[in-house]
Amino acid sequence: MERETSIGKKADEFLQMFKKGEEFTQELLKENERLRFKVAQLEEAIERSGDEAKIRLYEERIKITEGELNSLKERFKQVEEENKDFATKYVEVEEENNNLANLYVASYQLHSTLDFNEVLRIVLEIVINLIGAEKFAVLLIEEKTNELIPVGTEGVAISEVPKVRFGEGIIGTAAKEGESYFAENIHAARGAISMENPIVCIPLKIKEHVIGVIAIYSLLLQKEKFSNVDYELFNLLAGHAATAIFSSRLYTQSERKLTTIQSFLDMLKEKPRR
Amino acid sequence: MPNILVVEDSPTMRQLISFAMKRISGSKVIEATDGVDALKKLSSEKIDLILADINMPVMDGLKLVSLARGNPSYKDIPIIMITTEGAEEDRKRALAIGANAYLTKPIQTQELIRLVNGFISTPR
Repeated sequence: MERETSIGKKADEFLQMFKKGEEFTQELLKENERLRFKVAQLEEAIERSGDEAKIRLYEERIKITEGELNSLKERFKQVEEENKDFATKYVEVEEENNNLANLYVASYQLHSTLDFNEVLRIVLEIVINLIGAEKFAVLLIEEKTNELIPVGTEGVAISEVPKVRFGEGIIGTAAKEGESYFAENIHAARGAISMENPIVCIPLKIKEHVIGVIAIYSLLLQKEKFSNVDYELFNLLAGHAATAIFSSRLYTQSERKLTTIQSFLDMLKEKPRR
Repeated sequence: MPNILVVEDSPTMRQLISFAMKRISGSKVIEATDGVDALKKLSSEKIDLILADINMPVMDGLKLVSLARGNPSYKDIPIIMITTEGAEEDRKRALAIGANAYLTKPIQTQELIRLVNGFISTPR
């Protein structure tokens, strides 16, 4: 009986102990659950803080990239402006180049010969082809009579161009004063050309000494106005055509005199033989 | 390398046009003083483009164009007329007989170069 009682006690104690063990296990499980929850929370927080850091990083990068983009846009604008500038300068240089080519060719041709008629033909060619004149005349001063005599014409017969007294009218005044004349309306003469009233008058000068005049009466249909190169050509003609005409005239005269002297000498040499 | 034939009786204009044409990369300029001279050059050289004046002695530019268009060897060569004749009927006549373009003097060099470049860069 006593033994049974002792066994019962022990069983109760064991049961108590088992219950305590169960409770403890329950508590451990709860604590485990709580800790796992905490870990999950912490992991989530870490992850979230990582994303924020990344976002901040990306935002920084976007700011830098935007800055670079803006500076590139600015540079692109600058380069575009420079490009436009270069393009304009290129066109200007091209134009200048072409103008210089015109002037070079005109000057080269004017001094390419000592034949007076050839020089005159070249002057006419330049005025027609490079300036665009339709009707014009070249008049040279005859010092004995003090008159301007037509020596070459284009678009008008030489007989139609009257001699002009030095200092008289537009042509005579241009020759006397050595100043170029440009009519206000260069197309006014179309259809009604007056030999006394040219639209342009260019004195041919060697330094300050005028040897003649180019008188333009009308321009080609397509020639609307004078450009900068035309004025350069007028200046070139005023000087270079004058020297070319003067030297070719002198050369022709000296050639003629040389031939006369040579013939005279030949005649003298032949005399004793007779 | 395009061969350009410049047909012009005025030495000044010939030199000026040749000067401009030499600025076209790789081009070779052949010069003729009138239509007959041009036909001789056409028979002896391979020509890719002709620049011709209208008023010339011996044979004028219009006659040259009509002869070139009647010859199977030259009928496709582009021809640009360069002339002082600025009237519309002159332009129409030149284009009607086979000229490809018509420029009036005094010429603008840039315009001429642009026009020539357009023809030589277009395959025939």
